[in-house]
Amino acid sequence: MKHTITVLVENKFGAFDRVATMFSGKGFNIHSISIGETEISEVSRMTIVTEGDDKIIDQVVKQLNRLIDTIKVIDLTGSYHIERELMLITVAYQKGSMEEIKNICDIFRGKIVDINNKTMMIEITGPPAKVDAAVNVLAPFGIKEMARSGTVALRRGEQVKASKKEYVLTN
Amino acid sequence: MSTPKTRMSGADIFFECLKREGVEVIFGYPGGAVLKIYEKLYDIDWLNHVHVRHEQGATHAAEGYAKATGKVGCVLVTSGPGATNTVTGIADAYMDSVPIVVFTGQVPSHLIGNDAFQEADIVGITRPITKHNFLVRDINELAPTIKKAFYIASTGRPGPVVVDLPKDVILAETEFEYPEDVEIRGYKPKYKGHFNQIKKAADVISKAKRPLLYVGGGVIMSGGSKELTLLALENNLPVTMTLQGLGAFPGTDSHSLGMLGMHGTYWANQAVNNCDVIVSLGARFDDRVTGKIDTFAQKAYKIHVDIDPTAIDKNVVVDLPIVGDVKNVMAEIAAEITKKPKIDEWWNQINKWKEECPLYYEKDDGKLRTEYVFERLSEKTNGNAVIVTDVGQHQMWAAQYYKYTNPRSNLTSGGLGTMGFSLPASIGAWFGVKDRPVISISGDGGFQMNIQELITAKAYNVSVKFIIINNSFLGMVRQWQELFHQEKYSFTDLSISNPDFVKIGEALGIPSYSTDKPEDVDGLIDLVLAKTDGPSLVEFKVVKEDMVFPMVPSGASISDMMVKRLNPSRMT
Repeated sequence: MKHTITVLVENKFGAFDRVATMFSGKGFNIHSISIGETEISEVSRMTIVTEGDDKIIDQVVKQLNRLIDTIKVIDLTGSYHIERELMLITVAYQKGSMEEIKNICDIFRGKIVDINNKTMMIEITGPPAKVDAAVNVLAPFGIKEMARSGTVALRRGEQVKASKKEYVLTN
Repeated sequence: MSTPKTRMSGADIFFECLKREGVEVIFGYPGGAVLKIYEKLYDIDWLNHVHVRHEQGATHAAEGYAKATGKVGCVLVTSGPGATNTVTGIADAYMDSVPIVVFTGQVPSHLIGNDAFQEADIVGITRPITKHNFLVRDINELAPTIKKAFYIASTGRPGPVVVDLPKDVILAETEFEYPEDVEIRGYKPKYKGHFNQIKKAADVISKAKRPLLYVGGGVIMSGGSKELTLLALENNLPVTMTLQGLGAFPGTDSHSLGMLGMHGTYWANQAVNNCDVIVSLGARFDDRVTGKIDTFAQKAYKIHVDIDPTAIDKNVVVDLPIVGDVKNVMAEIAAEITKKPKIDEWWNQINKWKEECPLYYEKDDGKLRTEYVFERLSEKTNGNAVIVTDVGQHQMWAAQYYKYTNPRSNLTSGGLGTMGFSLPASIGAWFGVKDRPVISISGDGGFQMNIQELITAKAYNVSVKFIIINNSFLGMVRQWQELFHQEKYSFTDLSISNPDFVKIGEALGIPSYSTDKPEDVDGLIDLVLAKTDGPSLVEFKVVKEDMVFPMVPSGASISDMMVKRLNPSRMT
């Protein structure tokens, strides 16, 4: 089963590499991994989508916690949370297909961000499953290039409040 | 009270930090990137720098020192090849949770990444084999980093830490201030076990009919031997130990079942198979212990005490996990046991197994065997020497026949299984242990893997007794070849290529002896035990074809133990 795990790490040289090295060294799967800044300047948030049975996920969480630069690990799966992914996708178009692609883009609430006389680039944001669907629908037109950000995720507000203590980062 | 600030160079800060950490000995090898540190070292008299002959030797020596004393072992090497040579020792320390701090030189910061002369990304290389590692990028981070390195290495589940020191940082100057404590928000080892879990464990133990304590190296690291002995003796509990656990509980006591696992005793493994409660104390259910994982202690309620949460449920899913310092937890469990378990029947059964299938080796053919050497060593030293074994058959025989009576007596490479460990590790141990003999035991193969450190032993008059168990073979590999690989003795026969070990010893000015007769063993042991003015060397030429039994073949259930040779026609 897929799990979305969010990890707060020290924003330090090598912190990302430690996580990646741990995953490859232990033979754990990574579907996607994304990292970026948080509201606290010296802390980064990683969102990792991984797969495994309960025993493996238990080890993933423990091994992440074991890393010295890891401050907090939360397995979001099974709790209320929001997942989003950003995709940029360049598709080919002909005269006749332009309208159709525009329609698809609207259905997915995407934006056309670049166009020339052969291809257009579309930006689509949403839950990973929606992005998958968009890829499927656009594929017949001819995908020239595509980039996906990997999933980012956060718990819903109520739960953050409930466990606010975890966010008290003292140093 | 804060320390008054003084302006110091990186090199001076380095030594000041070591002094504050109570370091008394450091194993090292100089080179370009650490020249400034060695320049300062020249005038330092409070620190004993042991100049090894190869950086791998330095890391194993630091491990030996740490395992024997419980203090942090220290290593200082240069960049590039100096640093990469430490890798095996670091991996070894990681697998066996040994607290060492390895300081590596690095090319100047502005050259990092430029393929500079003697540059290696040692922080990248050692990331998966260290508990943590640091690249010091700013002189102001130097002191806090060293403080953190020692703290991380020695607390929680101990392990190796690498600190990479670029040359410009060593040369730079700053105001020195040593932090008094360490605060790492992502690292808070849990020492106290959960009380309800402890109470439950006590309850389960007192109701057990066939309990068993399964003891690992964690008990020794936590300094919990006394607590273990109390827990076992007061409740009449049988104790079996892993390779790293040997010494945690006196091997001479009748409650000790000896080692379990692949080459464990028949009765210890039978006890594992048949117990109804197994209490793992600072052990990690290693594959060499469990054999086939699904059949390990199948009938037992499993309690697992460990300071490292990742150890829990990693290999074997347990019924009652307790995360905490095993020393504290054992004491608390003992205090909570109100009713002692009634297990006379269980003891009868265990003793029956013991009689059924005792450890056995051929004694009557007049040939010299490793088992006999260890029996005599155990007797002559009352089980109280520091025995530093290498890897292979002799290591298993030491585990079976040497009756360790004290913790920190059995120093061996368990997890990584590093041949060449014993020789340098024994040198390191000797620098930490002054009141007990230190005996290094290697096979003829392993002895040659770090043989250069004999020079170090001689140079520092290290009174280690170097024993070579020479069967002219890589014995354990040979054993597997005979049992599982169609007797193709591929590259394990060293009989033609082995050097004359006595001549090697003599060339270094080390008193060296050799024998293949059982009747010489006592005399030679007495002779070398009496030597306190430098190293000595004894080669015991033993039977080539002997195998270590009992044996649980890799991946088999413990119940599929082989207790003797399958084919008697191959007996020699």
